[in-house]
Amino acid sequence: MALESVTQAADGTLLWWSWAIPVLPAVSAAVLLLLGARMRRAVAAGLALGSVGLSAVLSTAAFVAVQAGGGEAVVRTVARWMPVGDLQVDWTILLDPLSTVMLLLVTWVGLLIHVYSVGYMADDPRFSRFFAYLNLFVASMLVLVMAEGLLTLFVGWELVGLCSYLLIGFWYERPTFASAAKKAFVVNRVGDAGFMIAMFVLLATAGTLSFTELVPGGADALGTGTATAVGLLLLVAAAGKSAQIPLHVWLPDAMAGPTPVSALIHAATMVTAGVYLFARMSPVVLPEVGTAVAWVGAITALVAALVACTQRDLKKILAWSTVSQLGYMFIAVGVGSSVAAVFHLLTHGFFKALLFLVAGSVMHAMDDETDVWRMGGLRRAMPWTFATAVVGWAAISGVPLLSGFFSKEEILAAAADTPGAGAILVIGLVVAGLTAFYMTRWLVLIFLGRPRHADLAPAPHPHESPAPMVAPLVVLAAASALGGLINLPGSQWLAGWLEPSVAPFEPAEPMIGHTLLEVVAVAIAAAGVAAAAALYLRRVDHERLRERLGLLHELPRESFYFDALYERAVAAPGHALARGSATFDRVVIDGAVLGLARGTAGLASLGRRLQTGWLRSYALAIAAGALLLVVVVIARVV
Amino acid sequence: MVPAGWYLALAAALFGVGAIGVLVRRSVIVMLMCVELMLNSVNITLVTFARMHGSLDGQVLAFFVIVVAAAEVTVGLALIVNLFRLKASTDADRVDELRA
Repeated sequence: MALESVTQAADGTLLWWSWAIPVLPAVSAAVLLLLGARMRRAVAAGLALGSVGLSAVLSTAAFVAVQAGGGEAVVRTVARWMPVGDLQVDWTILLDPLSTVMLLLVTWVGLLIHVYSVGYMADDPRFSRFFAYLNLFVASMLVLVMAEGLLTLFVGWELVGLCSYLLIGFWYERPTFASAAKKAFVVNRVGDAGFMIAMFVLLATAGTLSFTELVPGGADALGTGTATAVGLLLLVAAAGKSAQIPLHVWLPDAMAGPTPVSALIHAATMVTAGVYLFARMSPVVLPEVGTAVAWVGAITALVAALVACTQRDLKKILAWSTVSQLGYMFIAVGVGSSVAAVFHLLTHGFFKALLFLVAGSVMHAMDDETDVWRMGGLRRAMPWTFATAVVGWAAISGVPLLSGFFSKEEILAAAADTPGAGAILVIGLVVAGLTAFYMTRWLVLIFLGRPRHADLAPAPHPHESPAPMVAPLVVLAAASALGGLINLPGSQWLAGWLEPSVAPFEPAEPMIGHTLLEVVAVAIAAAGVAAAAALYLRRVDHERLRERLGLLHELPRESFYFDALYERAVAAPGHALARGSATFDRVVIDGAVLGLARGTAGLASLGRRLQTGWLRSYALAIAAGALLLVVVVIARVV
Repeated sequence: MVPAGWYLALAAALFGVGAIGVLVRRSVIVMLMCVELMLNSVNITLVTFARMHGSLDGQVLAFFVIVVAAAEVTVGLALIVNLFRLKASTDADRVDELRA
């Protein structure tokens, strides 16, 4: 079982100092928020990059230290937080193989994207604010991955959600962008409710939220009922954060944010938090819950891949692709292979960040054009961007020997080794073909063929992006190409490294030989590439093709009408309820209050008439009163 | 000796004249004089009953009333003088600032 031996970090050692990893970017974010407006841009960027860079160096050191300790988990209680009766919640850091490998991904990819943003956001009036949010995001994500318990993880979970909201709505002057930010925030709340209820259930039954106490016992210690409830509730939480059906609707809209944000938050790191959560909790996840997770992942992977084939917006294609690839990772954690999930999480982090940065570079060159049908032939104007895009395309499409090929194979092999996952395996293969198709379409429409933008008025003049943008592209391209090395089929370094952290995968008799499976997957991917090349490299009447496909084209183009469904099923009743409440408030509550006030005023205006201001009428009243008294006295005497 | 009833009847008549005067006249000076009439009718009653019962209490009280009435007249006249300065009139009906 995972996390069995745990030691405390000794005073003054490197791991004792690991608390600085999230604190450095957080401090930088605070400084930039307070003083950023007065700073020179170079100073603001230097502070942001420096803090993340230092975090990256510290993370690497922590990784090395954990490796030197033979992968044994180390905890470090940084601060007392909430002593509530028997429950003592601290900010405790957990450094083990799983969290340190995530630390490396978050800090180094984060650093590259910071560098890229220096070029991308150079002309933005809120330059320092952007870096403040980006730093805050990195800090939050680090809190999330270093958390030793669900509650600390939840703090990071909410903070990354906040940063996501702030950065999607960074250009809040555009109402659609602001509402995209709100949509992401609200949809994530649904998942968060699941997370919180899962924590309540755990507190009520196990009495602890600490990983080092929950994980070693596994599902047996919790009992079947609790483990099932917790697993399904965490699935709700993970579906919200990682954009799985039915809570996936926010991610495509989240592309409203600046492109570096899409790369960092909505591709490489934050959206993988759900996968990380399941990998972390893997010993607690029952096989039945795993089946549900795998099916959610499979359906999401298929639906999102279909949608990605029909979109026109170059970032939306990538966003749907991210949803689809996250579905892949859910399949992996669902069938029990956390190693395959984390492997794909890492390689996807490289190549999807790369593809998003390529998209940003293209938008930069094309005056923020996002419609792939208005591009084409950009390979000449942007050779570096094109070359790195080809690497990213090859990696995600599953071209052999690149990172995506190995991680995808690992997931498909895990599905093949799981009894009863035959249908999921078939879906996985179909999605592999669709992925190759839509990514080829993306690449061809943007970089190859005729420069369709030349007909536009005013025609953009595409140009290669500046060095701060190109350099991260090259580094990420290298990582995308070579990322597979960390878990080559022969060496299985990552599997060995993660062994102390996650539940082991127990393969059953494979449904299909792994070599054969590889051949089939590559063949399907090749078919996808060929189909896309045939459709988009040659002159094809796409209008007619769309008409002939009919519903098969319309459903994916409209994202299977999920948004319309939620509009009718959730938003419309919500509006009706709100209007009803408003009417109730206006008529009943306000009516009662105003009615009381009006009644009082009416009575008062009656009583007011007594005050005539005439001296003699007062005298008359006094005389009449005196007379009345006399009459009463006489009447009583007589 | 004149019976006490006559004195009481005189007092009642004076009181009635005074009360009606206060109610129907509009000049504040006349109203003040009518108030004096009412006060003095009460004095007559007090003295009458004091004689009837052979006690001095009522007569002492009458002196108090006379003193208070003197004070009241000074205050009242001061008010009337100021009212006249303000309104150039002694008509009570023209003073209706407190009308609601």
